[in-house]
Amino acid sequence: MTTKSIMIVGVGGQGTLLTSRILGGITQEAGYDVKLSEVHGMAQRGGSVVTFVRYGEKVAEPIVEEGQADVLIAFERLEALRYAHFLKKDGVMVINDWRIDPITVVTGAAQYPENIIENLSGKYKVYTVNAMEEAIRLGNAKAFNVIVLGLAARHMDFTREDWLTIIEKTVPEKTIEINQKAFLLGYEG
Amino acid sequence: MAEKKIMLGNEAIARGAYEAGVKVSAAYPGTPSTEISENIVKYDEIYAEWSPNEKVAMEVAIGASISGVRAMASMKHVGVNVASDPLYTASYTGVGGGLVLVAADDPGLYSSQNEQDTRCVARAAQVPVLEPSDSQEAKDFVKFAFEISEKYDTPVILRTTTRLSHSQGTVVMEEREEIPDKPYERNISKFVMMPGMAKGRHLYVEKRMKAMEEDGIEFPVNKVEYKDSSVGFITSGIPYQYVKEVFPDASVLKLGMVYPLPKKLIEEFAAKVDKLYIFEELEPVIEEQVKSWGIHAIGKEIFSRQGEYSANMLRRVLLSEKTEENSPAQVPARPPILCPGCPHRSVFSVLKKLKIHAAGDIGCYTLGAVAPLSVIDTTICMGASISSLHGMEKAKGKEYIKNWVAVIGDSTFMHTGVNSLMNTVYNQGTGTVIIADNSTTGMTGHQDHAATGKTLKGERVPAISIYKFCKAIGIEHVVEVNAFDLPLLEKVIREETARDEVSVIITKSPCVLLKGNVFPDVCVPLPEKCKKCGACLIPGCPALTKKEDGSIAIDATMCNGCGLCMQLCPFDAIAKEPK
Repeated sequence: MTTKSIMIVGVGGQGTLLTSRILGGITQEAGYDVKLSEVHGMAQRGGSVVTFVRYGEKVAEPIVEEGQADVLIAFERLEALRYAHFLKKDGVMVINDWRIDPITVVTGAAQYPENIIENLSGKYKVYTVNAMEEAIRLGNAKAFNVIVLGLAARHMDFTREDWLTIIEKTVPEKTIEINQKAFLLGYEG
Repeated sequence: MAEKKIMLGNEAIARGAYEAGVKVSAAYPGTPSTEISENIVKYDEIYAEWSPNEKVAMEVAIGASISGVRAMASMKHVGVNVASDPLYTASYTGVGGGLVLVAADDPGLYSSQNEQDTRCVARAAQVPVLEPSDSQEAKDFVKFAFEISEKYDTPVILRTTTRLSHSQGTVVMEEREEIPDKPYERNISKFVMMPGMAKGRHLYVEKRMKAMEEDGIEFPVNKVEYKDSSVGFITSGIPYQYVKEVFPDASVLKLGMVYPLPKKLIEEFAAKVDKLYIFEELEPVIEEQVKSWGIHAIGKEIFSRQGEYSANMLRRVLLSEKTEENSPAQVPARPPILCPGCPHRSVFSVLKKLKIHAAGDIGCYTLGAVAPLSVIDTTICMGASISSLHGMEKAKGKEYIKNWVAVIGDSTFMHTGVNSLMNTVYNQGTGTVIIADNSTTGMTGHQDHAATGKTLKGERVPAISIYKFCKAIGIEHVVEVNAFDLPLLEKVIREETARDEVSVIITKSPCVLLKGNVFPDVCVPLPEKCKKCGACLIPGCPALTKKEDGSIAIDATMCNGCGLCMQLCPFDAIAKEPK
């Protein structure tokens, strides 16, 4: 198969690393060569962060570049817009319908763009979920990113069982149940 | 079948050290190198420590090597500057047990103050450099580095970059090789570098580098892939992957050893391809040497010296592919900021109110330079806050710095700030130093240091008291204040900056991201009391936003309940609620 490219974008502190580890795990279990690239250090402090996951028979570069992503998972609306041009023409975008104002907006130096989802929907296959509200209802706001991953998983070639198994293997033991529930909420609706 | 694991480049380097039989590892945290030590600590066979700075870490590794065991030091590129004093001379002494320095460069400046290229340091210090291009090689090259370190009697630098260190790839596990300790023999002509001995060792260094240049043709880390002979690339590290991505059919000389260069191998390769490109991030280290041999090649004429490379860069420059259709939307920037609940924000809010300038340092608090806090005026390197403030005073007089302070974190203070403070005392400087003590090395992801009372291995040890240290070197005015006690903080800063003597204010409150440090409440706005004055918004807490009607909203999922906004509100329009 040709190499598949997935991007996870969000705001530093939102837990993009856990999601990429689940994705890396499931692709490796399926026997693919996989490379992931993450952001550590300064940008993790509330900055714009991006994680790349690429898998296939043999993967060379660890990053996804403009116009190459098959799936883009965005944990925040503005970040979805920022990285939209990384998607392929027929790419799938899964967006957590949630707003976090960057400091440039808080200080009034910039305006948070209006109608992001409507505008992106005109160009890409866009799926949205308000995962933060769903996760709070589920009893753990932190599990929101696995809900978004669940929604994205509908557009990937792994089975429900594969996903539940890799979540069990990847997350800390006491959070297995909540993460599996959160995943299914996104996966099955 | 051998076990396979997906590993971060840094995790693979740690694994390589384990498999190579390393017994001692020392480091100071610094992005992108930090996770090396954080993974080495998992192996009980290796003694591993956080040293206070990179110079000390390097010397610890050198000592271990002299005593006859394999030893490793790791650090970020600018850390190599701090460690360069021992490095340059360890190049002369050579090693006992194998000695490897892992240096992590940061092309693209993801988390650094400059974009320097460690290969330039290596060339000046005459130390060989290996450069892997994925996690598997990261592990394998560490092992090869120890082999050649012992064979050629030299420290070896393993150069990684942010992209390699923070990318994950599949790695095949192997067993640890237990290396017997070399018996120690006193040898002052090798290990005592005074002029007479160093003259002799310098001759050896030249001989060693020449031998490695010649033997490089046989090194398994240098690989030639002959395919289409019309185009050839000489490349190394992560850029190799971009070449493979865009030109899978081109001939490639992939250098695993980037200094010294295997001259014969390069000459052979260059002779077999029609057009030769040299594709290396940052400085033209390979290119300049290759061109000096009279070989025609194209490099920095078309590829940048700045930033990180990419496959799209090759597509644009060499294939003239248009990528404009994939240009980004115009969106507001999202730079990093201090976290909600960060004690630095509290300290900066007072400095901002008092219109005090700060000579800054390296750490999360560097973020106090940008709007809306705009308090930090300078940031150079670790420890420079205190010494540069001292320089300002000596240049312009003590009145000039009455509305200045130096701001430095606890870990950075222990790193090199101590030297600067001793200098201020010795040379009768004045001025106020704020040590923002959040009980950890914050920016790099929470590592312990000598003043936290815990080692890299997690052992409890007596914490060095920053307060007592300052007193012991003769500073009379040393005050400890809770970083969130705004009225007291303001009073203390006013008093201390007015003095004609050096003074230290230690602002204490643990990093809000430290495990176990959780404020019990969250802040909630009381709209009926809000006068829409915006006082709470001044320090720029990301949990607070201004609504369209001018009143404020607090995002309960982000708020850490520090209560800074509550203290700043003149109308009691913010309250706390249990989480």
